Amino acid sequence: MNFWTDPVNFIARWLMGLLTGWGLAGWLASFLIQLIGVVVLVSMMMLIDILLVWVERKVVARFQDRLGPNRVGPFGIIQPFADIIKLLIKEDITPDGADRVVYNLAPILSLMSVLLLWAIVPLAPVIFGVDLNVGALYIIATGAIGTLSIIMAAWSSNNKYALIGAFRQVAVLVSFEVPMIATMLIPTILAGSMSMTTIIRSQNVWYVFIAPLAAIIFMVTAIAELGRAPFDMNEAESEIVAGFHIEYTGMKFGLFYAGELMHAFTFGGFWAILFFGGYRFFGLENLGPIVAAVILLAKAMFGYWVIMWVRYTVMRIRIDNMLSFSWKFLTPLAFALLMSTALMNVVLRGTPGVIYVAGMLLTNIVIGWIVVEILRRASRRGRESIDKPIKRAVAQP
Amino acid sequence: MTIFQIIFLIVGVVILGSAFMVVTTGNLIHAALWLIVTLFGVAVLYALLDAGFLAVVQVVIYIGAIAILFIFAVMLTRKEMRDRGRQTSSAWWLSTIIAVLTFGGLIRILQAWSGFSKVSVALPSEFDAVGLLGNALISPDAFVLPFEVASVLLLAALVGAVYVAFNQK
Repeated sequence: MNFWTDPVNFIARWLMGLLTGWGLAGWLASFLIQLIGVVVLVSMMMLIDILLVWVERKVVARFQDRLGPNRVGPFGIIQPFADIIKLLIKEDITPDGADRVVYNLAPILSLMSVLLLWAIVPLAPVIFGVDLNVGALYIIATGAIGTLSIIMAAWSSNNKYALIGAFRQVAVLVSFEVPMIATMLIPTILAGSMSMTTIIRSQNVWYVFIAPLAAIIFMVTAIAELGRAPFDMNEAESEIVAGFHIEYTGMKFGLFYAGELMHAFTFGGFWAILFFGGYRFFGLENLGPIVAAVILLAKAMFGYWVIMWVRYTVMRIRIDNMLSFSWKFLTPLAFALLMSTALMNVVLRGTPGVIYVAGMLLTNIVIGWIVVEILRRASRRGRESIDKPIKRAVAQP
Repeated sequence: MTIFQIIFLIVGVVILGSAFMVVTTGNLIHAALWLIVTLFGVAVLYALLDAGFLAVVQVVIYIGAIAILFIFAVMLTRKEMRDRGRQTSSAWWLSTIIAVLTFGGLIRILQAWSGFSKVSVALPSEFDAVGLLGNALISPDAFVLPFEVASVLLLAALVGAVYVAFNQK
């Protein structure tokens, strides 16, 4: 074993030798090494997070035909650091009647729920926090903590706009969690495991070709889960000012903001892991774990870009439309996909790879065609039912 | 004392302390938040016992659904959100007797139990707990009947909830 084939374990073993050489007990040394690993991973993610602020602002500028940050440093890349200094020296205001402990705990929990997700992300075959055999469920579980942080922030702020934002956000989260779980079960069925590493390892063909509809639904539900436009009911500026984080200033707001960007990037990463082969890219990942990690981060960045693309081109959807979109469209479709994928997976098991992929793809196309047909009829019925009363009113006199 | 025992003791103290806070704090939302700490502690205990699936499900269901439902019930039913109600009901003496009797009974049962000194056996690395659980839930000679009955019950509850909430015009 050397540094290039297994860097993390190499460093861990070296540290272990060093620490036990100093006379530390074995369990204490391994505990310290685990702690160092966590700190390094979190710091790396926070560094990427700082960069994401710049990426987000540059990309939104492109979408809106502007330049974006361009004053501080080359291409404005120092801008986020200037922002951080600004956030740090801002006055820290706690509103009157706020519940202090809960109010201060909420932004921490918000960022924590995102960073926890990176525990199960396999950056490379040998670089991962932990290979949980319930990885897909773990994503939902950390999402629950994120929801909790929004409720805590809203309730403790003692502000009615914040509370309205939280009510809306939880309604959205609860309803979009259902199709999200159903679509996450599709890679689980295909790989036969909920572990992220196993899901990546079994993607000889990327699952986006086997289950394209599931990939799209996962992205839609992920955007809803993030609470970004077009699903940004929690902080709809034109209606409730800034929603749940209306009362937060300075770095406390910064934590929510960082959490939101990191969350989007993380879900880009999970999109890549579940449907785009994770760290695999035409055998390039065999060059070494560092190359594999770069591939995964690049794919995560692509997912993040798709999320931004949707965010800055689609308008906010009204909340009743959003909820009926989830319950009447995405949920039945996700369950139909889940059942058909499970069935076809059993039927086509053992056939050669090409036939298997073609069969799965055909199933998805047929289901997609049926969905479009149903939607067309439903919208025509909707149009006709609106037209009728108007005609009668005209005919009456 | 191994590191697992130390973690167990810390988690146990957290669970008991937060459970005590749930029943003693006057603010209903604070009680719900303390309840979340308790439930999270239980999830940590499951994780310590190598029951990863149960630990995650505990967080998803109890924190993600039930505790948030509690908070919402409090938020939507109380006029004043910082409402402080009375801590005890009129039947507090009855519940005290029941609690003491239950606790006494538990102590009596646990005295005869020999599991305290047992050391947990490390599971082999290829032990697939989730797979075994999944097979047990759908195999006819294990839990398929209770599993299906529970799903039918939940479906009935769902339909019932929709019926109750449906506003017939």
